[in-house]
Formats: sequence, structure tokens, C-alpha cells
Amino acid sequence: MKRAKQNEDSKKSDCPCIACVVYCSLWVHPGESVFQYIKKDVELKIPIGFPQPLYDLKKNKITPAGFILGRKLFYDPILSKDYFTSCASCHQRFAAFAHIDHALSHGMLGQFGKRNVPALQNLIWKDAYMADGGINHLDLQPLAPLTSPIEMGESVAGVLEKLRNDSLYPGMFNKAFGSDEINSERLLKSLSQFLALMISSNSPYDKYLEGKMEFSSQELNGLKLFRSKCETCHKEPLFTDNSYRNIGLKPDTSLKDSGRAAITGVNEDKMKFKVPSLRNVEVSYPYMHDGRFRNLKEVMNHYADGKFFTPDFDKSIEKAVGLSEDDKSDLIAFLKTLTDKTFLMDRRFADPAMK
Amino acid sequence: MIHWLRFSVLALVFFFSWNTLYSQANFSIRFEHAVGTEALILDSLQYKNVLGQNFTVSKFKYYVSNFRLKRNDGKEEFSKEVFLINEEDSGSKHFLLKDIPAGKYASVQFTLGVDSILNCSGVQSGALDPVNGMFWTWNTGYIFLKLEGKSPESTANGNIFEYHIGGYKTPANCIRQVILTLKERDSEISEISIKADVAEIFKNTVALDLAKLNSVTDFHNAEMVADNYSKMFSILEESKAK
Repeated sequence: MKRAKQNEDSKKSDCPCIACVVYCSLWVHPGESVFQYIKKDVELKIPIGFPQPLYDLKKNKITPAGFILGRKLFYDPILSKDYFTSCASCHQRFAAFAHIDHALSHGMLGQFGKRNVPALQNLIWKDAYMADGGINHLDLQPLAPLTSPIEMGESVAGVLEKLRNDSLYPGMFNKAFGSDEINSERLLKSLSQFLALMISSNSPYDKYLEGKMEFSSQELNGLKLFRSKCETCHKEPLFTDNSYRNIGLKPDTSLKDSGRAAITGVNEDKMKFKVPSLRNVEVSYPYMHDGRFRNLKEVMNHYADGKFFTPDFDKSIEKAVGLSEDDKSDLIAFLKTLTDKTFLMDRRFADPAMK
Repeated sequence: MIHWLRFSVLALVFFFSWNTLYSQANFSIRFEHAVGTEALILDSLQYKNVLGQNFTVSKFKYYVSNFRLKRNDGKEEFSKEVFLINEEDSGSKHFLLKDIPAGKYASVQFTLGVDSILNCSGVQSGALDPVNGMFWTWNTGYIFLKLEGKSPESTANGNIFEYHIGGYKTPANCIRQVILTLKERDSEISEISIKADVAEIFKNTVALDLAKLNSVTDFHNAEMVADNYSKMFSILEESKAK
């Protein structure tokens, strides 16, 4: 019944190649018995009110086979030097792909990184990646954790070698790209296909904007406060303006993290970090670039207390100084409307080994 | 009428494809590596820099791209291909420029490094594949030149020195243009040999002191070294390809 409906849908779509769609829907990868994908499942729809993506999808067209390959890679620990650390080790689906309750990232062999794991969502609207913005393209982002000695510790050549010697990957690369060849470009583009579809746009906040859901009076007041106090940096609908800002946190000297300055070499960029999106903020604790705040209340207190460490902090944050206890609660109530259960429970992004 | 039209279209297509095939006389470029008057031999040979400091070289690789050959009348032939020259891989030191024919040329120009567009275009293959080890993963961008070796003067672990130079934007823009004048302006040539002299990297404009500068691996000092190495090239030979 389901398959019949899929075929019907494909007739309606622009694609003339129905045979291809049927083929994809019949194709079951070992360990994939539960989930099957057709073109429609990997179709990228720009959410209403979102701008055009910055990532050029014409140069990397998402296909079911490319997406499934990217997902397998994302969840596969053989990509790391120690065969135990996958992308998903730190990027957990239920935490919007952040690492819940971990202040600093954990790499292979029990090593700590110097920053908090960011959530992965709406990545095709970002102009740069990492808290310091050092990486300028989504395709290149996975190279950083793959090759970092404190994360996955592997070389690009080492990863490719392992994949070439695997029993399943050559076939999967063939299905995704038309031949068994495994190279950096294919590896990274399939990961991008998987990451590109991680779109969060179905939260109660989105439904409220579409008029499909009511807000409580507390949430409404939170939204009002948000728009007057926080919106400058956490710009709707992505809840970030993609800028780098110093929010007056005391530097943790043990981390030796100068933030954006490490990339630009400009002294004024010290302790500036990329403004993170607030979507799914409820489930991606702890907070800040180094995970120093355990919960949203501590974040509110930081802004409300106004005890900013350096004189050169971003003056936009002063708007939030003096928030009352009620204001803080209302703001937190609003932030919780950004929790997108559709995204967090989207089975397309689940571990393919999970039954 | 229709048959005539078909025939002429076919004839035209045939003529143009034959013509392009014929005119693809590839221009050949050779790089030869030296340290002063001696040939570069990795690891085993000891050299002296301008400050009299001993050193050996263990790695020497760099990107060249955007070759332009200027004709005597000012017109230019251009190839946007990117090549990774690697001392370890002798095959990489000789290549053909597909888009450039033999001719009478006054000068050759190329980009030493990778231009900014290619630094911002995501993952690429061939010479620009990150697997070649000429790519910074933590701060996106190609490493334009790697020079590594040992020197008793170096205070680093294992007495090593490493110069990894790159960067396409502030704070370090290390993209350099090299222009070399050709002598045989009036005879048709299809091959040039270019000497890259490692000694020059240590010499001009700033004499690099291996006791003080054993590591350049980010933007600090990068432009200074790039300015030095952009002057390491000279023309060895201009000839008809063998």
C-alpha cells in the first residue's frame, strides 16, 4: 500500500524516471530493513520564512543513496583512528546533535577538546563553521574532527583506505555516485547530503507563526522580551545573525582559546565566538562555547546580572541587563517553544544500525 | 535543401573538432629544484643558508596555477589548471598545459598558490584533493608551499624546521604572482624549464635564521616567507619540446 502511494507521488513529481524511483524504493541496504528511502524523502524544502540556503545544492544534489551513505559514515566509528569514535559519538540525535550534559567535547582515547559540541541543524544557512568560523564550507567541515588528534585522529588517506577495504562501502559509493571509486570529494559530499537535510523548522514557535498553534501568555511575553532584548544577535527565523561576538565571559585560561582571533589575527576578536542558533536550545545543554553554564537559568543570570568581564564586550547584550525573575522565566518558556520534536525524532537521521 | 543543410552542419562540426584537436599542441613545463648551485636531494645532502647555517631538506611541495604565456604582440594564452609540484614525486615536476599551444612568447606568468575562489569552493579533487596534505582543516585554506627539513641550529624537537605557508585572505594573504621574462622571444618554443632555488627562500628580502624561526605554520610570519619564496624562480631553458 505504502509503495503504491509512493509510486503515485512520483508520477506527480517532475521526475520522468519512474523506474529509478521504483528502484530506489525497492533497494534495501543490509541493516536497512526498517527504513527505505525514495526521492521524496530526501527532497529539500525551504521552510516558509527561511532565506535561500548559502550551500549550493546544485553542486551536490541530494539522492537517497547519497544520503544513506552519508548517514552510515556519520554513525561509523571506523572513521576514527581508534575505531571507536564516530561523528555521532559527540553529535547525539536527541540533543539536536549536540553532546548533552558534556561541557567539553570528548575525543578518542578519553581526550577533552577545548569547546562545547555545537548542535547540528540548519547548516546550509551558515556562512562558516566552528565557534571561531574557521571553516568556510559545509563540505570541508568534517575534515576538522576527522583529522584532529584530539577528536578522531585519522588522516584523510587513512579514512579512504579503510572505506576502500570495507565490504559494504564500495557498493554504497557506487549506488551514490555511479562507480566504486572512493575519494575525498565523494566522502565529504555524501556527508554533506546527510547534514544538509538536518533542518529544524517545525517547533511550536514555527507553528505559532503559521497560526497553527497558540502561545500561552507566558510564552507570548517571552517572545516579546526576546524580540526586544535578544533579537539583535539571535535573529529569527534561524536565531543567529552568523556574527561573532564577545559576550563578556571571563576567559578560561586553561583552555587557551582566543576564539575568532585565532582565525583573523585581530586582537579585538579575542573571546568573540559565533552566535549559536537557539533552536532546540532546551535539549542541547550545557551552554556557551566552553559549556560553562549548565542550564538556561544560568545563561539568563549571566545577561541579567551584567557583570561582564572585559570592557570590550558587545554592547548589544546590555539590553538584557536587569531582567527580572519573571522575565527570565518567561524568556525560558519562550525558548522551550523552539524545541522541534519532529526534527529530534526524525527517523531519517537515526543510527542505521538501530532497529 | 534540408540535406544540404545537414551536410554543411556536419561538415562544420567535423571541421571545428578536427581544428581543436590539431591546435591542442600542449605547452610543456618542467620544474627543477636546486639549492644554490647544487641539485636538491632530500634528506641526504647538507646545504648552507645565507647565514651559514647547515640544513637538510626533507619535504618540498608547492602549488602553481593560472599559467599565462604572453605573446610578443601582447596577446595571452591562459590555462587555469592547478598543479602540485612535489620533490618526492618526480612526475609532478613535469606537466603539460592543455590550453596553451607552442608559440613565440615574451614572458610566462603563474600564480604561486591557489586563488581565493578555489579556497572557498568546498571539496575538490585532483591536485586540490585534501588527501594531498596541502590543506588546513581547522582554518579552511590550502597550504601553498611546504618546506621541511632539519638543521642543527633549530631548537625544535628533533632539530626540525617546518614552513607551511598559505592563506588567501587577511591576516595573511600569501598568493603570489611570478613573472619570468623569456629570452627566445623570436623562436617558436613549446617547453620551458624553470629552476626553483630553495636557497632563495632563506635569503631575500629577509634572511631567515633557523635558530629563531623553525616553525611557520599559521599566519605569523607567513607573508614574509611567501615574499621570499616568490623570488626563487628563474628560467633555465626554453626549447622546442623533444
